[in-house]
Amino acid sequence: MIRLRNIRFSYGSRSVLNGVDFSLDRRERVGLVGPNGAGKTTLCQIIMGLQMPDSGEVEIFGKIRRQEKDFEDVRSRIGFLFQDADDQLFCPTVLEDVAFGPLNLGKSPQEAKAIVSETLASLNLQGYEERITYQLSGGEKRLVSLATVLAMEPDILILDEPTTGLDEETTCRLLEILTSSDLTYLIISHDLEFVRQSTNSIVTLRNGVLENAGCREMGEGVTGRAMIAQR
Amino acid sequence: MGIAEFSHGDSLIHKLDPRAKISVALIFSVVVAVGRSIPASAAALLFPVILTMLARMSMRSVLSRLAVVNGFVLFVWMFLPFTFKGEALGSLGPLTVYREGVLHCVLITLKSNAIVLCAIALLGTSSVFDLVHALGHMGVPDKLVHLFFFCFRYLQVIHEQYVRLLRAMKIRGFKPRTDMHTYRSYAYLVGMLLVRSFHRSERILTAMKCRGFKGKLYILHHYNMKKSDYVLAASGTLYSAMLLVMV
Ligand SMILES: Nc1ncnc2c1ncn2[C@@H]1O[C@H](COP(=O)(O)OP(=O)(O)OP(=O)(O)O)[C@@H](O)[C@H]1O
Ligand SMILES: [Mg+2]
Repeated sequence: MIRLRNIRFSYGSRSVLNGVDFSLDRRERVGLVGPNGAGKTTLCQIIMGLQMPDSGEVEIFGKIRRQEKDFEDVRSRIGFLFQDADDQLFCPTVLEDVAFGPLNLGKSPQEAKAIVSETLASLNLQGYEERITYQLSGGEKRLVSLATVLAMEPDILILDEPTTGLDEETTCRLLEILTSSDLTYLIISHDLEFVRQSTNSIVTLRNGVLENAGCREMGEGVTGRAMIAQR
Repeated sequence: MGIAEFSHGDSLIHKLDPRAKISVALIFSVVVAVGRSIPASAAALLFPVILTMLARMSMRSVLSRLAVVNGFVLFVWMFLPFTFKGEALGSLGPLTVYREGVLHCVLITLKSNAIVLCAIALLGTSSVFDLVHALGHMGVPDKLVHLFFFCFRYLQVIHEQYVRLLRAMKIRGFKPRTDMHTYRSYAYLVGMLLVRSFHRSERILTAMKCRGFKGKLYILHHYNMKKSDYVLAASGTLYSAMLLVMV
């Protein structure tokens, strides 16, 4: 569903990605690890069309995407959880924020409200509808951001460090939601245990290229290397 | 102090249709603004005071909002009584106080308080989303409506950033003094504030795009004009008409 070929990207003179090849097929669950500043977030932004690569090819849902316009339908079908929840929540109340996506997709207010309460309930956030978003705790913000993404019923999920700030119980709950669904997803995380349990392959981004991108086995070697990458 | 601090509540006023509120606030403000009589302007204050009480707002925060307005009004009081020539009332040191100047000041004070209080009570008690929606329904062009929404949204972002940065400075023992260090720190604060708010507002826009935003804001709560809305609209208009004929 997602295919990146030889992606190069730099911020000004600092080059971040030096020819990344990546693919994600239906029902695949991939973990993306790598040291801080390796360019993991940047890579996801390229998939979402929030950054344009200097060179290389972005193919999503079978179509080559080049300009802003090509990404409009990508964005309504791929749910992207931002690394910083403060960037994601912008409506005054949780209800309005979670309903924002469904409304944009053309749902009626009634339908949107039903989706909101369903999504919130699935994350154990019942009764959060009228809470003020900027007064939530860090972990709560994370969960609500996740709800805003899930509420759009995306075909693919891209989660940028979904577990930071979550307690053990909530992390388990998230794991359960992810693994029990038949979603296709890409997870960036430094929480190796979580990545191992939620995905069936791991790729490492280091020095601007993806390592062991072809490895779809959960061998010790992979996680071992990823472990080193994390240190 | 949040910008939208009054917008959540469940008083009678909070539940009114934003269209009715905007219309009444507009009519009332225009009538008050063009009025030239002091008794009428004094009487005008009564209406927003009643609304504020019905909206059950905290007296203290309303007064702190009004204090800002009256800060500006104070400037008027510092100049107008001495410069607006007319019948002399008396003298203050070398300066002569003129009757017309003082009357004008009283008028400006009454009017600005009435209008601002009315805006706080009627517009402050709706969420921006509702107001934006109402404006759209009232035939205001989409572009203007969005401008209004994003102005509000980014003011809030800048305010949030300011609070955060100031907190970051305070926890490291920053105390304002009159020295270079203080000035430089404040300069950094303002600089960072602008840069960070700009970037953050960009990220918010990208987040909105990621959730399917294509230039149109939808709304969850649809309002229907209820009896109470007609009561507000009628009483607001009547009241404004009465102010108009008052001399
Ligand atoms: N807007 C920007 N302008 C300039 N440089 C940037 C910008 N955003 C990121 N960078 C730089 O690009 C590099 C990659 O950043 P990126 O956020 O993709 O890393 P990451 O792998 O997500 O790291 P982390 O694990 O810390 O989240 C970093 O060195 C960062 O400093
Ligand atoms: Mg990152």
